[in-house]
Amino acid sequence: MSTEIEAQGVAPGVDVRTQGTRGSYLIGLGYAVILTLASFWASSTDVIYAPGVPILLAVLAIAQMGIHLVFFLHISSAPDQTNNILALAFGIFVVGLLVFGSMIIMAHLNHNMMPMDRLMQMQR
Amino acid sequence: MSAAEQALVTADAVPLSLRGPAPKRVVAGYGFWLFLLSDIVIFAALFAAYAVLSGENAGGPTAAELFDKKHVLVETACLLASSVTCGFGSLAVQSGDRTSTYFWMAVTFILGATFLSLEVGEFSHMLSIGAGPSRSAFLSAFFTLVGTHGLHVTLGLCWLIVMLLQVATLGFPPMVRRRFFSFGLFWHALDIVWIGVFTIVYLGAHL
Repeated sequence: MSTEIEAQGVAPGVDVRTQGTRGSYLIGLGYAVILTLASFWASSTDVIYAPGVPILLAVLAIAQMGIHLVFFLHISSAPDQTNNILALAFGIFVVGLLVFGSMIIMAHLNHNMMPMDRLMQMQR
Repeated sequence: MSAAEQALVTADAVPLSLRGPAPKRVVAGYGFWLFLLSDIVIFAALFAAYAVLSGENAGGPTAAELFDKKHVLVETACLLASSVTCGFGSLAVQSGDRTSTYFWMAVTFILGATFLSLEVGEFSHMLSIGAGPSRSAFLSAFFTLVGTHGLHVTLGLCWLIVMLLQVATLGFPPMVRRRFFSFGLFWHALDIVWIGVFTIVYLGAHL
């Protein structure tokens, strides 16, 4: 098994170092619960400056996705995981282009569009 | 360990071009990882649609009126707990322990089914008050995004039943282990998508 890993890399989800322990899953669960409760709290509290809440929620969500990747999917920066990390990086790149690209384009179109009542008048 | 095996272990002993194909376990896992990433790209497109359309409610009910945070917190807890029990289940598969595989995977199934029934309940309530997918662009985007996630969970539950039947009939040959392993990746990836759903759709509605 170790021969295979040294020669060919490992599949995603395989963590050679922590295989066979429940510890990593429980640690991951602990972090995930804290981050989930934090984001539910942040969305309903008055303590935080209101315009900053969406950014805080985004940070908490991205942190929790990272926790899930590391503790549940066992993605790490180990040299034998290069393929998995590269695929993940490309996936994140495409997701970012899709989401932020759509939002920027649609906001721009919205901004340049004639107000709806004027448009209705012209169609008469 | 023989001398030949020893030579393989040292990193540069055999050039990459002479090492031969990777073992099936690695190839299957990597292929499934690529599938999951492309699935996440589909969800990204639906998220983009939701982000653009979430304010376009055509005079119908708004997100803040429709969504209940406590309900979502229970759904999130179910999915998170099922992710961890699925992890315990895959550890049991790795050690070839049939009893604890059945136990943890049954718990995973029950938690997943609870999540799904909560979601179906929410959908049918929304339909009954006239907030169906045809009401406004916001609701179309909502039902497409959350419904696609729910469909993935449904397929995951069917897959889990098939895997348990395979354990019952075939035991733990490498083939079954590979499939269980892919199922674990699938289930954890669904949980990652759900983080985006509850943050953007449900918590974002109350900002």
